[in-house]
Amino acid sequence: MDKEYEPNIIAFLCNWCSYAGADLAGVSRFQYPANPKVVRVPCSGRINPMFIVKSLYEGLDGVWVSGCHPGDCHYNTGNYYARRRFALLKNMLSHIGFEEDRTLFSWVSASEGNIFADKAKEVTARIKKLGPRKKLLKNRDI
Amino acid sequence: MADKIVENIRKEAKRILEEKIVDIVIGFEKGTLPYTASPVFIENPDDVDKLIWNRYCHNNLAVYLRNFPDKKIGIIVKGCDSRSIVALMAEKQLTRENIYIIGVPCEGMLDKNKLLEEFGDNPPIEVKEEFLYPSCQYCEHKNPVIYDFLTGEPVQEKEEEPYPDVVEFEKKTLDERWKYFQEEASKCIRCYACRQACPMCYCEECFVDTNSPKWLDPGIDLPDLQVWHIIRAYHQAGRCVDCGACERACPMDIKILWLTRKLNKDVRDLFEFEIGIDPEKVPPLGTFSLYDKEEFLI
Repeated sequence: MDKEYEPNIIAFLCNWCSYAGADLAGVSRFQYPANPKVVRVPCSGRINPMFIVKSLYEGLDGVWVSGCHPGDCHYNTGNYYARRRFALLKNMLSHIGFEEDRTLFSWVSASEGNIFADKAKEVTARIKKLGPRKKLLKNRDI
Repeated sequence: MADKIVENIRKEAKRILEEKIVDIVIGFEKGTLPYTASPVFIENPDDVDKLIWNRYCHNNLAVYLRNFPDKKIGIIVKGCDSRSIVALMAEKQLTRENIYIIGVPCEGMLDKNKLLEEFGDNPPIEVKEEFLYPSCQYCEHKNPVIYDFLTGEPVQEKEEEPYPDVVEFEKKTLDERWKYFQEEASKCIRCYACRQACPMCYCEECFVDTNSPKWLDPGIDLPDLQVWHIIRAYHQAGRCVDCGACERACPMDIKILWLTRKLNKDVRDLFEFEIGIDPEKVPPLGTFSLYDKEEFLI
């Protein structure tokens, strides 16, 4: 088994900015790793922090959440609420001894196809560096 | 001092019941075991002599307030209980007019287990700080923040750096912290006593009880226990008043406060907010600032 370890990453992208940014990255033929599996959500404010914990619990190696830049939210304020929630969740996960780099957050707008590709590369690299996940993992095989 | 407080509590409870200011008074009666006191609900003014006050009245009585939606309630509160009432008011769960608050300045509640171990069944006369519950050792609001009647002179508040325990814990390495969390969580038997003891845990259906979506499996598999502790604490973010009722209710003596206190510290550092002081102020996750810190973004 020399096959390189490929992390399984879930990416929650907001419909109006980051998802469109991912679309633009594709249309513009920017290369980025295939590890982040995209889930389209209406707004970063839609993301319940329990989605993130649940993703980790169900076996994903990392979670990436991306939304509109502050001030650009389609619903005006959704990403501001999200920012507060994520700040607390990330600090808390680190407090209990969970690797900080497994939960990553970013702002990517609809016109930033190249930035989306860069962020996807960075997210994948950071999570890959941590290796396969052991903590908080529900084993459903037994 | 304590006798004076008990006398004042009884006199005031009798008065408000007789004058029909309230329908029911929630307080403490003598417990059946040493170092205990039990919550009691009094509707008849002749029963007020049951009411007591001592240093074992550790339950947070605010947890019962939502059980009597049609009644006017008199309640006997410590500093932390009064902050729970303010927090519930901030979340529009209570109306101030329906509650008559009898405030008791509190010098901290004593840990039953520590006392039993040290003194057996003979209660000591003098007790030292080290027998207090951890939440009481760190307490910053010994005096009730709102009340209609105060039973004694306000006590001296602590003026130390808040959250020394959290700062200390943060110095540990990642793996040490994880190991500690694993050890604590693995003791859990999923009885949910922590949830039941908490005034802020009032959801009609808790996330662990829902089937659709099913957030986590039943049973005591370690990841399930850990997710329960993470989410329970996270749901308290910016809402927990640090009364410690969850930790005292735990039959397995699991340390729980280190999680909620971390969130409280973060809320204070990041959003400059403390719950349970002003009922008009929106809780931190229900609002935002344009200038919230976002260094954690990539």
